[in-house]
Amino acid sequence: MTNHWVDIRNANLILSMGGNSAEAHPVGFRWVTEAIEHNNAELITIDPRFTRTGAVAQDKAFIRTGTDIAFLGGLISYLIETDQIQREYVLNYTDAALVVRADFGFEDGIFSGYDESTRSYDKQSWMYEMGDDGFARRDESLQNPRCVYQLVREHYARYTPAMVSSITGIPVDTIDRIWRKIAATAVPDRTMTILYALGWTQHSIGSQIIRAAAMVQLLLGNMGLPGGGVNALRGHSNIQGLTDLGLLSQLLPGYMSLASAKEQDYDAYIDKRAKQPTVEGQVSYWQHYEKFHVSLMKSWYGDAATEGNDWCYEWLPKLERPLYDVLDTFERMSKGELNGYFCQGFNPLASFPDRAKVTRALSSLKYLVVMDPLNTETSEFWKNYGEYNDVDPSQIDTEVFRLPTCCFAEDDGSIVNSARWLQWHWAAQPPPGEARPDTQIMGELFLKVKQLYLEEGGVFPDPIVNLTWDYKIPGEPKAEELAREFNGRALEDLTDDEGNVTRRADEQLSGFAELTADGKTAAGCWIFTGCWTEDGNMMARRDNSDPYGTGNTLGWAWAWPMNRRVLYNRASADVQGRPWGPNKAFVWWSSEQSRWIGADVPDFPQQSAPSEGQMPFIMQPEGVGHLFAAQSMVDGPFPEHYEPFESPVPQNLLHPGKERARNNPAARIFDGDRAALGKPEDFPHAATTYRLTEHFHYWTKHAELNAIVQPQQFVEIGEGLAADIGVVAGDWVKVSSNRGFIKAVAVVTKRMRPMMIGDKQVHHVGIPLHWGFTGVAKKGYLVNALTPFVGDANTQTPEYKSFTVRVEKA
Amino acid sequence: MDNSQNIIARSATTTPPPQVRNDVEEVAKLIDVSKCIGCKACQVACMEWNDLRDDVGDCHGTYDNPRDLTAESWTVMRFSEYESNDGNLEWLIRKDGCMHCAEPGCLEACPAPGAIVQYANGIVDFDSNHCIGCGYCITGCPFDIPRISEKDNKSYKCTLCSDRVNAGMEPACVKTCPTNCIEFGTKKDMLARAEKRVGDLKARGFRDAGIYDPAGVGGTHVMYVLHHADDPNRYAGLPKDPRISPLVGAWKGVTKPIMSAIIGITAFAGVIHYVTKGPKEEPENEPHDGDDGTPPASRGDSAGSGAASGTDPHSLGYDATRTSRPASDAQRPPGGDR
Repeated sequence: MTNHWVDIRNANLILSMGGNSAEAHPVGFRWVTEAIEHNNAELITIDPRFTRTGAVAQDKAFIRTGTDIAFLGGLISYLIETDQIQREYVLNYTDAALVVRADFGFEDGIFSGYDESTRSYDKQSWMYEMGDDGFARRDESLQNPRCVYQLVREHYARYTPAMVSSITGIPVDTIDRIWRKIAATAVPDRTMTILYALGWTQHSIGSQIIRAAAMVQLLLGNMGLPGGGVNALRGHSNIQGLTDLGLLSQLLPGYMSLASAKEQDYDAYIDKRAKQPTVEGQVSYWQHYEKFHVSLMKSWYGDAATEGNDWCYEWLPKLERPLYDVLDTFERMSKGELNGYFCQGFNPLASFPDRAKVTRALSSLKYLVVMDPLNTETSEFWKNYGEYNDVDPSQIDTEVFRLPTCCFAEDDGSIVNSARWLQWHWAAQPPPGEARPDTQIMGELFLKVKQLYLEEGGVFPDPIVNLTWDYKIPGEPKAEELAREFNGRALEDLTDDEGNVTRRADEQLSGFAELTADGKTAAGCWIFTGCWTEDGNMMARRDNSDPYGTGNTLGWAWAWPMNRRVLYNRASADVQGRPWGPNKAFVWWSSEQSRWIGADVPDFPQQSAPSEGQMPFIMQPEGVGHLFAAQSMVDGPFPEHYEPFESPVPQNLLHPGKERARNNPAARIFDGDRAALGKPEDFPHAATTYRLTEHFHYWTKHAELNAIVQPQQFVEIGEGLAADIGVVAGDWVKVSSNRGFIKAVAVVTKRMRPMMIGDKQVHHVGIPLHWGFTGVAKKGYLVNALTPFVGDANTQTPEYKSFTVRVEKA
Repeated sequence: MDNSQNIIARSATTTPPPQVRNDVEEVAKLIDVSKCIGCKACQVACMEWNDLRDDVGDCHGTYDNPRDLTAESWTVMRFSEYESNDGNLEWLIRKDGCMHCAEPGCLEACPAPGAIVQYANGIVDFDSNHCIGCGYCITGCPFDIPRISEKDNKSYKCTLCSDRVNAGMEPACVKTCPTNCIEFGTKKDMLARAEKRVGDLKARGFRDAGIYDPAGVGGTHVMYVLHHADDPNRYAGLPKDPRISPLVGAWKGVTKPIMSAIIGITAFAGVIHYVTKGPKEEPENEPHDGDDGTPPASRGDSAGSGAASGTDPHSLGYDATRTSRPASDAQRPPGGDR
């Protein structure tokens, strides 16, 4: 979330799209109801189904799954063409006025630089035009046909209401009504918040859908303001912490990135990432990259990391492929390229697409280690459960080890919520049986591996045997020790420019501004610096005082970065530093105090006066929000609608007849998986998988109370489809894709309505995912038997939300 | 078990209830259906607090689970899809459970002395120790709430967490509700909250928004805010004008002579008491209308004076089995804390 849960109450309009916030985040949804009741806000939901969110929404639209960019692209065009943008904000706080290189282009659905043989883009032309001074050229009048504003306008001119309607299935009058309501937040004193979740991420165009939302919010001037923002409602309670700590294959902690195999030179690695301002005088905070990086290496390797050895750069793995994501890993596993797999807090058999492929992959391993509090389907993938898991154990040689772990209530530590708050929690009770904290299992495992390297040597023992491991009980690193390590400390006395000591050696650091690139500081995750200072554990704070009445409780827990609760909050003030409106006052310039003050910690240099001209988006080299993504996405600087890889619509209506622009041209798909895609004539229904309030993923089917309130697998179909196939509510249906089938009880509902896509009627099928063959709920089929093995071009998040099926009476 | 001093009515009992304690405020649970997302957290909280575990059932083609109230499920969410003539679809989600009527049909119908009690704060509670499992409470209930357990052949329903309320806490469902759709407080405060919510809904175009606090049962201590108060039936068959079943009256007809006899004996005992122990202050408005034959529908109108108007949930007794009231309503200031 750019903003936070409580801040939703400050919104004037709430757009819940790409997520079913009431269903999946009922506790956070409290703030939606607060906004409706106490801020006279309106809730709009756009979803393929009439959902629980829809039950309490003031307005709603039903959209064909996977067509959100069409809707948002049309909205962008509408805002520009009707001049309902926050013009002062757009001109100053976005890149609208920057001029783009002449060789950037877009034709027949493909951006410049495309290489069909590799299904990838050369992104060189996706850049601003640089002037002789080395900075991006600018046109204040916004009239230059190559300025971002005009390029956006041109790109989305094709997204007319009629076109949007024909792609999304939303009637034109509904589109018009909702666009009007959204456009009304372009005024300075009204904000819209956008709440999304996996309904946007789990598409082959997922990242670009979110980009489109960000563009809308920039045009409306809703970023950085209370009640605004683009807010990802995360699916797991600590999944934000996972990405923060760099557990994705290409990341290091704090959103630093691993080098590719081509990047063997340390200085070049740093230079590429330490982005210098491309507009004069801007903050461009990533220019301090080396401070974060060196502090990380000092945290990991201590005295072994020196300037002379490039801070152990050689020891870092270099990526031979862009991502080692789960799709890639299971593709290689299915080809027998992996011997073993450690599966920690993860249930791939249930959670990954194309379950048959996952079963094949796991069966080809020599060993599988499952660390989990529960007996997951993955840990029993080899066991025959009749039709729910129809395998022959005698044909599977994989040895499975189960290492029982604690659950969250049996362990101390912090959980990072969607709002980037690190909230400390304490164990409620000891774990049962032989269960141990994950850190203890990992700790003992590491010590054993290290011992083997020390005793027997190996090809490359250095990064293992030199890893700092100074926990009091080496086999049991404690959460407190790890948290202090992430925060970081001074390794030597730190001094200011005049030589005064500002921090004694061995003291905890108070913020990442103290980090240095000369090896004097260590920090395991620079964005967490400030979470455990000399004043103690900031994450354990529980002061909910709210002096400004904005719902911003700076004394409750701790948020990264630097306890800032709303990112880019300098944008809540105009260019002169004054609040956009009295009801949106949040962070502003105090000329008396010569600094930024307000309800939040300013996300900005505290004493940078408005007259200095620094702009609010301090992480961007331009200092402004990006309508044009430049080179940061792999599949284009502007979001473009492409059909899901499995779609009931045979072509992209924006690019009829252009086969390579039908689906995301930069999305990776393995040959075998492309062959496993179904055809619309065989699988005519649009399908989407999702979660229900009563359950949490595949966990709570192990819990009796959850099983009681939602005991058995079902699928949701509309009355028309039910009549076509001759079923009524409560009958069993078989749902098939080209990869497998499930059987479930039919919930026949008015809430699933057929849509007119062109002249074709498309039925949606809703497939909740929580059941499996372990647990206390009624046994069910793993729904990922159906889903396709293809992911988002940028993140490789699988396309669980859009595929095609056939439904028949079972 | 709640404090016995608070009992103002007891099934099949003619002994007057304790009358010394006063100023017990009526409480109410307010369920704002327009804010309910049907998350079932209230169902789970109810099971957890009350140590109940229903069976892991089946899906019957709806979101409703358990499918109906049971002896182990004292509250369930009922999901209704309502499509208007102009094609507007609403998914109306109503938390169902005991309404804690001011004039509880269950208590009136119950033949087992003390199996059903009503507290001064309005909560209607089952004391299962005295339950004989006859099921008359089900017949008596205009909302079809109580359920007989197959385990022990006793009747069960929501207690409004009388144990929690007695200790100054809100019911478990209220505490857990994530959207503040369920609130709890004095009935007066909840009515004021409800008025405010109705105003908001009307401003948003729900012309028929209103409070569900049906007069036919003397008002309830569980109230709803409905977007369509003109047609509560849309909400999974919530009755528009609930009244106690005529069967209960018929049954009363059979038992009335017996009850009258008991009352006679009680009165006689009172005289003896007066003669032997001297005078005692009686509530001014003590009714003995159990044998006045007032039909259920007009009971409210037989009420006493002042604040005890026809819809006052504490309008005075009408039933021999309820015998009497605590301190008289007439002693309270008009428009008082009730």
